[in-house]
Amino acid sequence: MKFSKMLLTAALSASMTAGMAFAAAADPVDTADVKVGVIYVGDEQEGYSKAHMDGIAAMKESLGLSDDQVIEKFNIPEDESCYDAAVDLADQGCQVIFANSFGHEDYMIQAAEEYPDVQFCHATGYQAASSGLDNMHNYFDAVYESRYVSGVVAGLKLAELDKAGELDSCKDADGNVKIGYVGAYSYAEVISGYTAFFLGLRSEYPNAVMEVQYTGSWADQALEKETATALINDGCVLISQHADTTGAASACEEGKTWHVGYNVGMLDVAPDYSLTSASISWGPYYTEAVQDIINGDEIPVDWCKGHADGAVMITDLGKNVAEGTQEKVDEVWDKIDSGELHVFDTSTFTVGGKKMTTTAGDDLADTYHNVEYISDDGTYFQESTLASAPAFDTVIDGITELNQVF
Amino acid sequence: MKEPWVRVVKRDEISLARKIWVRVAAILISLLVCAFFIYAVTRSDPADVYRSLVDGAVGSSRRSWSTIRDTMILLAVSLAVTPAFKMRFWNIGGEGQILAGGIITAAFMRYCGDSMPTPLLFLCMIVSSCLAGLIWAVIPGIFKAHWNTNETLFTLMMNYIAIQITAFFSIVWEAKKGSGTIGIINQKTKSGWISTSFLSGLFGKFNYSLNLIIVLALMIFMYIYLKYTKHGYEIAIVGESENTARYAGINVKKVILRTVALSGAICGFTGFLLVSGSSHTISTSTAGGRGFTAIIVSWLSKFNPFMMLLISFFLVFMGNGATQIASEFKLNESASEVIEGIILFFIIGSEFFVNYKLVFSHSNKKEEAA
Repeated sequence: MKFSKMLLTAALSASMTAGMAFAAAADPVDTADVKVGVIYVGDEQEGYSKAHMDGIAAMKESLGLSDDQVIEKFNIPEDESCYDAAVDLADQGCQVIFANSFGHEDYMIQAAEEYPDVQFCHATGYQAASSGLDNMHNYFDAVYESRYVSGVVAGLKLAELDKAGELDSCKDADGNVKIGYVGAYSYAEVISGYTAFFLGLRSEYPNAVMEVQYTGSWADQALEKETATALINDGCVLISQHADTTGAASACEEGKTWHVGYNVGMLDVAPDYSLTSASISWGPYYTEAVQDIINGDEIPVDWCKGHADGAVMITDLGKNVAEGTQEKVDEVWDKIDSGELHVFDTSTFTVGGKKMTTTAGDDLADTYHNVEYISDDGTYFQESTLASAPAFDTVIDGITELNQVF
Repeated sequence: MKEPWVRVVKRDEISLARKIWVRVAAILISLLVCAFFIYAVTRSDPADVYRSLVDGAVGSSRRSWSTIRDTMILLAVSLAVTPAFKMRFWNIGGEGQILAGGIITAAFMRYCGDSMPTPLLFLCMIVSSCLAGLIWAVIPGIFKAHWNTNETLFTLMMNYIAIQITAFFSIVWEAKKGSGTIGIINQKTKSGWISTSFLSGLFGKFNYSLNLIIVLALMIFMYIYLKYTKHGYEIAIVGESENTARYAGINVKKVILRTVALSGAICGFTGFLLVSGSSHTISTSTAGGRGFTAIIVSWLSKFNPFMMLLISFFLVFMGNGATQIASEFKLNESASEVIEGIILFFIIGSEFFVNYKLVFSHSNKKEEAA
């Protein structure tokens, strides 16, 4: 049947051409015609969203966009409201739409299916590559770098206290002191974060063990304070956190316990006991992504940059940090920037008493997608190089999760 | 004799035109007060803010459909709680009954979405969601009917149980271990989703027309049920006085249980509409306080289903418009809640002038002179 074969060939070539046209980079957009939509889970009163708002403002300034070129929607919960918001922004002519909360992702994908010509970018998510959509993207920052360095600041403080003999009464039978961590949820984003912090701390003060308590909420001021207080009462001499409020910081100031925060500097809440906070600057990503739209370039499917690109940092040091902290911090940043120091160096930790050698086994958690995350030379775990969202979700020796499921 | 300058007198009757006039005046005055508030806080033109509010709620076909969808859900819950309220059974457990229906719907979507034929799947989801809501409401109902326990506290407690069960399933069903988020159920196959694409010729591609049709039908049913059926009459009598009802030979226990069951079943059905029809997921915030807002809607409408439609629409209109104000004027969303509060205050306040009139002493003198 020649005729039907011909038809088939014609149909195939037509669909291929269409596919190619689709895959090719979009047309450049005049800067004055760019329209950007942003969906925030909170507003300026919530630290995490505030950091994103600052990033958008930085993007606006560096690219010279006017106010009416950026449409921001606040307090969008992680349900169909996110879909409503995303398609509404697309209807208003936005070429690129950002959403900042983990639970927004499915709704962004739903909207991306409907609007193939609009670019959808989702922070902290993990499904862009597997969604099969050209216009769906994920982004995150190498926050584990700033966690590590904030851990260094904490380690230096503990070392100083130990030298002065102030930790003697806190040590357990093995000579270790205990620190605490207030986590939000028990998945890779949080686990990767506290592991980086712990490794940074242990690089300066090896005799530490850590207890992690999850709250099951990203932002619950009262609960975070309560959790931190419980950890302090349990004998922790220092508290850090991966939750978005200053609850833990205020518990530490009251409980006279050292504290390392997240997102924003917490010196105004804990002027005496806050050492620093691990922090993220979203400006570099937003600027780059919108610049891609202007140039007609493709936005990366997975974007993750760190301190070398100005995307992560630690906030101002508190007045009571150990002597020589700033110098040490600068030194560690230089090593991270140059690639000399890898945060997840497999020689610095063990899992179940053994060194981590591969992640490509069958028994690993879903985040790895059965991919080998260990570098070719076997020396470090390549966090966030294969997907923008953190992938390290193994609890290493020295860390104890006090509660498991949230 | 010294008379007070003003006296409050109950009106015997009031003409329809006057009723409408009082309420329209109340809304106009409230908009004026809001305008002062807006200008005082933001220095922006109140007219612009109002325009943006309208634009946010009904400014595009899609926004209009979102507003219709949300109105219908709120209306459905309001209709659901109404028979119980009319009977003076204070069902404040709408929230939990919605979640009960929602959880079971989500379970069917998850476990049977791919294996069951669509009509059977929908039948199962609808029947089981109604049953779940019914059970959630009848438990306090039984205790009320037999032992006269306090249904307000009981239904409230049932809410917390439902919320905790939802939280439990949020973990059992979570998309990514530890994240506590279920995400969209059946995102690829869309099985168990209410689809309106066959009506797209009539309403456009994006619509919630089925929600609209179902809930409007429910509204008319409820109007007839309460006003023209024996059941509706019994509900009214039990609400007025249980003793009178008993004296008239009404089986009070039966009426309480039957009415509460109906109330719960409709709430459960709303849970189905929410999960299958719009959110395609379940979380502790799925009911979103509607079980409580519905009480306000029901009371403000004096149990009149058509008024409920208007008031639901108004509340949703303000809520959806608020998002737009926040986005356009960088006004915190609390600002629109203030506006909503001012308008509601005037509307509720206007009821006073519908039921009472003020008699000023000088006008009395005139009457005497005449």
